[in-house]
Amino acid sequence: MIGLVVVSHSRKLAEGVAELAGQMAPSVRIVPSGGDGTGGLGTDYVAVGEAIARADSGSGVVVLFDLGSAKMVADMAAEEAEGSVVVVDAPLVEGAVAAAVRAQGGAGLAEVAAAASGVAPTSVVDGDVVRAEVELTNSVGLHARPAALVARALDRLDASVHVRFGDESADAKSVLALMGLGAPGGARVEVVASGADAAEAVRRVEELAARRFDE
Amino acid sequence: MACTAESVAEAVRAVAAVVVEHREELIRLDREIGDGDHGENLARGFTALVSKLDEVPSSPGGVLRLAATTLISTVGGAAGPLYGTAFLRAATSVGDVATLDGAAVAAALRAALDGVVARGKASLGDKTMVDALTPAVAAAESVAAGGGGVAEVLTAAADAAEMGADSTVPMVARKGRASYLGERSSGHLDPGARSTALLLRTLAASAR
Repeated sequence: MIGLVVVSHSRKLAEGVAELAGQMAPSVRIVPSGGDGTGGLGTDYVAVGEAIARADSGSGVVVLFDLGSAKMVADMAAEEAEGSVVVVDAPLVEGAVAAAVRAQGGAGLAEVAAAASGVAPTSVVDGDVVRAEVELTNSVGLHARPAALVARALDRLDASVHVRFGDESADAKSVLALMGLGAPGGARVEVVASGADAAEAVRRVEELAARRFDE
Repeated sequence: MACTAESVAEAVRAVAAVVVEHREELIRLDREIGDGDHGENLARGFTALVSKLDEVPSSPGGVLRLAATTLISTVGGAAGPLYGTAFLRAATSVGDVATLDGAAVAAALRAALDGVVARGKASLGDKTMVDALTPAVAAAESVAAGGGGVAEVLTAAADAAEMGADSTVPMVARKGRASYLGERSSGHLDPGARSTALLLRTLAASAR
């Protein structure tokens, strides 16, 4: 089950948000991390890292924060964390409750993060990123139809998937973004996936490429 | 004078002394447009760093890396992640070489700026430390390209950083706690830009 961490400048605020969200989600690990560690207002990088470790039961953690520097501290702690961690920019109270309810229902990392913010996660740091280099063996490359095949194949997967071509990177679940890469036939692209279904996502793209996108 | 691990450590000790000396000034600046913790946070972090420098790492990069990890975990606020990231990127930039020259210092400053921008997402004109660090890097690179040594590079960076910090006075904050004040943030020196200029001035003085 996905865990939650609530990062706030105020210890009381973090604990209050965790209490409120926990009422709706008794099985979810919701760990508050508030204050500067010495009783004052602020955020504590080490404490946030420990909170992430406590919240993680192996499936991943969604981190919510209150103000500016709390996001930076959360981002740094997430980068150092062992498992899959998503830091979301969301309204703290409503986001925590929405994420907790979704996690209680057994949803995956991306889904819980999306529930918190209503939009895509701001940053995904994943302990298990899966990458593969894929050659576009068809003649038109990632043009409209092949791009649509890729996006459709990945749509339902619990994974954040990007395709990189040169210096550009595109969301592999977006047909327009994939076409925008302008990757021609014969080009080599890199597929980078993170999340619970990362390996399956990369496998599907490789399979489509091997079939020359049914051209 | 060669810029070794010991001279970088000595420069960091000097920065700590200057930060403690300017603690009240930074607190006052931050009270005007922020949460008032900048001076306290930096003084605590650099004091912690000095105590760790009883045993000096073997390379300049090692000293910078120790500074990064110590500042990240002890400074708090926005300054901890930002200065921590700056020192970490600088450490990575200089690598494991035994001594630094002007070009290496300029490259390290560039890496530090890139790290701060990536972490804090601030742009030039947002009334943040980026407004001090950006002109400092440009000046440092220009002097380094002309063959300047470490002291010349850092002096140019400090001069530019002070002008850059002063330029934040009329700005309206678009990042950080001061951004909540909107127009009322204008007319105040940004504490982060001020501490950046102080830090670079101290490094420059220490290199002489």
